[in-house]
Amino acid sequence: VEYTGVHAGAAYLDAATATPLHPVARDAMMAALAEGWADPDRLYGAARRAAQLRDAATAATAELLGVRPDELTFLSSGAAAVHAAVLGGLAGRRRAGNTLVHSAIEHSAVLHAAEPNESVSVGVDRLGRLDLDAWRTAVKRNGVALASLISASHEAGTLQPVTAAAEACAEAGVPLFVDAAQSIGHVPVPPGWSLLSGSAHKWGGPPGVGLLVVRKGVRWLAPYPSDDHHRPRPQGALDLPAVVAAAASLRAVMGEAAAEAARLSALVGKIRATVAATVPDVEVVGDPVDRLPHLVTFSCLYVDGEALLHGLDRQGFAVSSGSSCTASTLRPSHVLAAMGVLTHGNIRVSLHRGTTEQDVDRFLAVLPRVVAEIRAEAGM
Amino acid sequence: VTEILLDCRGQRCPLPIIALAKRLPTVPVGAVIRLLADDPAAAADVPAWCRMKAQEYLGEVAQGEFAVKRIS
Repeated sequence: VEYTGVHAGAAYLDAATATPLHPVARDAMMAALAEGWADPDRLYGAARRAAQLRDAATAATAELLGVRPDELTFLSSGAAAVHAAVLGGLAGRRRAGNTLVHSAIEHSAVLHAAEPNESVSVGVDRLGRLDLDAWRTAVKRNGVALASLISASHEAGTLQPVTAAAEACAEAGVPLFVDAAQSIGHVPVPPGWSLLSGSAHKWGGPPGVGLLVVRKGVRWLAPYPSDDHHRPRPQGALDLPAVVAAAASLRAVMGEAAAEAARLSALVGKIRATVAATVPDVEVVGDPVDRLPHLVTFSCLYVDGEALLHGLDRQGFAVSSGSSCTASTLRPSHVLAAMGVLTHGNIRVSLHRGTTEQDVDRFLAVLPRVVAEIRAEAGM
Repeated sequence: VTEILLDCRGQRCPLPIIALAKRLPTVPVGAVIRLLADDPAAAADVPAWCRMKAQEYLGEVAQGEFAVKRIS
């Protein structure tokens, strides 16, 4: 494919932010809108139909995740699930202490929830993988109430050593929360955790649906006003049609996950190799092998991240960036900084079931010129 | 040791790194550039640039002051 400067067709390559709605989700939502509008906790026919939908969605999702239905709660977003996991997990273990041990590369929702509490951040290596020795030491400290580890970096894609981290937590008697938003629907999440969160619009479900799993025997206490202090509940009415769509799409996505992972991983491999070969002064970050199948991040020296996003947008490509100039806080990505890799000129490309090899080829054909133009403007 | 001060305060990344990259070839091997930068990305990007460009990063010697030694 030759770069012609002509808009050859748009490609959405930011699935890690929000994945386009799976067709199964769309159909399920339309059907559930007709049946699932009533409050499922009331005692009349419409409510019972809504309750059946909720219970069926819960049972189906629990089965897909390999947990019990009464361990699973749908909440209003992935961030709400993360906040409930961190704050409720800490509250439930107040007698043990108030310290949260977390990796340095957690989602900002974890870090924000941790802010009012004592916390210990455990670093990662250059590939973005947890320092297990430091983790083992950290979770053994006195006063640790909860540990939090993202299943795979949402920015670098590197899979985290969840099994070994969970073993260290079990030895120390500390529950482990795993934020699996980027893994669910793509790759299996290793066992051993006590709390788990996910987000439907990361797998092709609708936005506004998060899920929280609290395993039996794990002490959890509602961190916000609630009828039931010992079991997570959504704050206010659940968007039941969206929950039904989330469950239906998760079943569809997991059914095709192995094949899609192989297909997308090959495309990511192609992006990693081609970007490194065709863009000078670029750093492709994250583990090249032990990674999410659908996500890749790289940083281009001397390039303004915001200008790069706009340049790619003008060519029809939607991607995201961890560079400071693109963040509302004007701070660079804490994940890239923790890895010790370049933070400016950063682009995260994340693929989905609608991504074709042609999309990737067009992106790879356009990228070197867009980068070169921005560098030329800066006199580099 | 030759020391050169490069004041990039008030500049947003990647401008301090571009200034560093343009200045380094003009100083003798062994010289140290002291880069003043208050953009929060500098703390990550100065050492990353040194690693990518095989120059020696001497550290953040004072708040917002990064020392880089030309070694090649």
